[in-house]
Amino acid sequence: MTERTNAIIIGAGHNGLVCAAYLARAGLKVLCLESADSAGGMSAPRTIGDDYHFPGLAQAVYPVSSAIRRDLKLDQFGYVPGEAIDTVALDANGKHLTIGTNSVSGEGLPESDEKAYPIFREQYLAYTKTLRPLFDNKPPRLKDMAFADKATLAKLGWNIRFGLGREAMNEFLRVAAINIYDVLNEAFEDDRLKGAIAVDAVMGSAMGPRTPGTVLTWLQRLQGELNGPMSLQSGGRSQLVHALTQSAEDAGATVRFNTQVNKILIENGKAFGVELSTGEMLKARLIISNADPRSTFTRLVGAPRLDAMFANRVTQIRGTGVVAKLQLALSGKPEFTGLPEPQMGGRLLVAPSMKYVERAFNHSKYDEYSEHPVLDIAIPSLHNNALAPEGHHVMSVNVAFVPYGLEGGWEEQKSTFAYKVISQLGQYSPNLKSLVVDHELLTPLDIEKQFGAVQGHWHHGELSIHQSFMMRPLHGAAQYDTPIEKLFLCGAGSHPGGGLTGLPGRNAAKRILKLGGAK
Amino acid sequence: MAWNTYKVARVVDKLSTEYFAVRSGCAVMDLTPMEKYRITGKGAREYLDRLVTRDISKLRPGRVTYIVWCNDEGKVIDDGTLFQFGEYDYRLCSQHHQFDWLLMSAAGFDVQVEVETHDVAALAVQGPTSYSVLTAAGINGLDQLKPFAIADLRCGDIPITVSRTGYTGDLGYELWAQPADALPLWDAVFGVQGQYDIHPMGLDALEMVRVEAGFVMPGFDFNTAESTVRNGYDRSPYEVGLGWVVSLDKGHFTGRKALLAENSKPARRRLTKIVVDGNKPAGGALIFDRKNGKRIGEIKCAIWSPILKANLALADIDYADGRLPSRLWARIDYQRELKWLSAWAECRVQSKPFYNPEHRSATPPARY
Repeated sequence: MTERTNAIIIGAGHNGLVCAAYLARAGLKVLCLESADSAGGMSAPRTIGDDYHFPGLAQAVYPVSSAIRRDLKLDQFGYVPGEAIDTVALDANGKHLTIGTNSVSGEGLPESDEKAYPIFREQYLAYTKTLRPLFDNKPPRLKDMAFADKATLAKLGWNIRFGLGREAMNEFLRVAAINIYDVLNEAFEDDRLKGAIAVDAVMGSAMGPRTPGTVLTWLQRLQGELNGPMSLQSGGRSQLVHALTQSAEDAGATVRFNTQVNKILIENGKAFGVELSTGEMLKARLIISNADPRSTFTRLVGAPRLDAMFANRVTQIRGTGVVAKLQLALSGKPEFTGLPEPQMGGRLLVAPSMKYVERAFNHSKYDEYSEHPVLDIAIPSLHNNALAPEGHHVMSVNVAFVPYGLEGGWEEQKSTFAYKVISQLGQYSPNLKSLVVDHELLTPLDIEKQFGAVQGHWHHGELSIHQSFMMRPLHGAAQYDTPIEKLFLCGAGSHPGGGLTGLPGRNAAKRILKLGGAK
Repeated sequence: MAWNTYKVARVVDKLSTEYFAVRSGCAVMDLTPMEKYRITGKGAREYLDRLVTRDISKLRPGRVTYIVWCNDEGKVIDDGTLFQFGEYDYRLCSQHHQFDWLLMSAAGFDVQVEVETHDVAALAVQGPTSYSVLTAAGINGLDQLKPFAIADLRCGDIPITVSRTGYTGDLGYELWAQPADALPLWDAVFGVQGQYDIHPMGLDALEMVRVEAGFVMPGFDFNTAESTVRNGYDRSPYEVGLGWVVSLDKGHFTGRKALLAENSKPARRRLTKIVVDGNKPAGGALIFDRKNGKRIGEIKCAIWSPILKANLALADIDYADGRLPSRLWARIDYQRELKWLSAWAECRVQSKPFYNPEHRSATPPARY
């Protein structure tokens, strides 16, 4: 029994580490328990064989917010956001589009689109900026509102009305809850461009471009861009997780690996410790779960110790993963038809049109995989040659849409599917197939098994409008505290949601300290 | 009137006959429309413990207990009786349909919940002579059956389960049988009609005797939680005088957190038993702190009690500073030759049941 621990954090994913670092800096004695053998959860580096290193599930990321960087002294611990990359919308005929933050170019792109793109971007960045107060704070409670909640809403209201101005406000309110399909069709003509932007709106969600609410998911993703440009995670000491671990440990937090929490111990409605898979019991004043809210409440707490309606709402949380990860170990550099080499270091998308994306999504609704999936490709070894043996490369691919509960089961069909994806890649990169020396495919089912994210959902629950803000992950646990006294949530399932932002971890820590910390 | 898809009579023959049958003879009522749920499985006890507010750790096979269950906000969903037949075998009876709530509450428990409303016929046989009537009708083994006990017995060829339970505040039994046996059972009971005064009873007589006994009726005396639309119109067990079935220290149950919070604050209101002076029908009357004073409540149900010669009511009363106001006045609006008049009647608070005769709980019951 470690009586002196103030706070136990379940899971050393990046949000758990952010929360740990904040609390440790506030003087709490923090113990972070991680079931895997290294920190980072879904963003932890992975290795195939001995020689091929991959950045983890999160391959293209935005920098964390300057507040987190500053507060946790991340730069001091080696954190360097990667170099800015472009997005390339791949075309089967080699007429690729290069999409940057402020410009887009490529053969056959209508001039009107080229002109409209920077204006459109600016417009949506302004929208996402107005939402910033919501993301940086705990979601306001609408009933029994505290002063801080009123301040958040006042800032939001001010931003929408006066930050945007009247016309932009009207437009923002029009698009906020509709789908990205309509919005992009209004703005652009080029299918490649629309397909590529649509990917950003739906990747990670069980949504197609025509699903309502996909403008909101896109705005949530654009939040990252307010912190700086997108880059590839390319491993090494500069990667966020490494710096976070250092920062947390420097502040006095301890991370214990290979430690599986089986149960949150509760007495008289109050959490007081955890029970490990070994039977060992650890006590602490605060228990903070970075685990998926569904597994936190159903597995670690257990429905019998919750009120019936709340327990029922937990089972109703929507969030089925639809993205698989294919990691390829390559014996040489792949070539993409018509793509100049410098651009290969960017983010390469196979999403030639919104229809293509929607069709790929449709299959996942019926528990089928698509023969023509959306592919989001990165070759991190182009940025860091230590990731693979000399001359060799690693390629990391997000494959959407891939059902969690594939009809007929994954076991038998996994290698067929991997082969199909590689063949699909072959349409754009003819030499790829001959270079593959090894591969790993993580289906949503594998992601659930390995990372504990229920149904393999990246964000621990869909970022749909009914599961956002004061409804995230669910009513009754949306301010990081839960119906169980002294039990808190700090993971992607909480506001503002998934992505490598650290915001749920930071907001949770702030909330915990506000509520009295370990007192 | 309709009750859970069955048709039920408010009055079968004559209200006064039915009322006096319960209070001085024997009255019979078909309870089949009562919702009945069979709850089985290894986790049944744990499940029920989380469902209801009461500490049921003392419940044993062959016993019945009165229970209340709440939603997460600690507001009453319904009340009912819980029968334990075997270690993992229970029946829950309630006035309102509860299947969805019971199923929703079952997540995470090793338990099966089934509706058996239409598979079990139920007959309430109530009144001071009910023991003698049933014994004369050929049911042996009732003499040692204590209040809230269950026994598997026979009525001639008919296998029945008998529980010494009821909603009348008098001596009484409830007989549970196969639907096919319901009519022969009815006939067997009424077969001794020449020997004893036995009458079928409707809901109006039941309403009179349950008020005399001080029993509340969810959905009538107060809104049940899951059917309440407006904020604040539902009621907690404390607010309807059922605090005695809430055990905050028994471990977790649905609504506990909310009830703990409520219990730590001064009471806001109570459903209160009152005797209204005079004999004017006081149903729906508003309650004031003095004549023409401030409105502090309303009467939810009221009856004239022939046996007590008193005007009895249950009234929802607002508390002031956590206390029952010292004086209560009812403004009774009534008609005289089609003209509406108002009268003021002072009300006296009663903490015990209005009517609770000794013969109700005697074992063995008195023979007639």
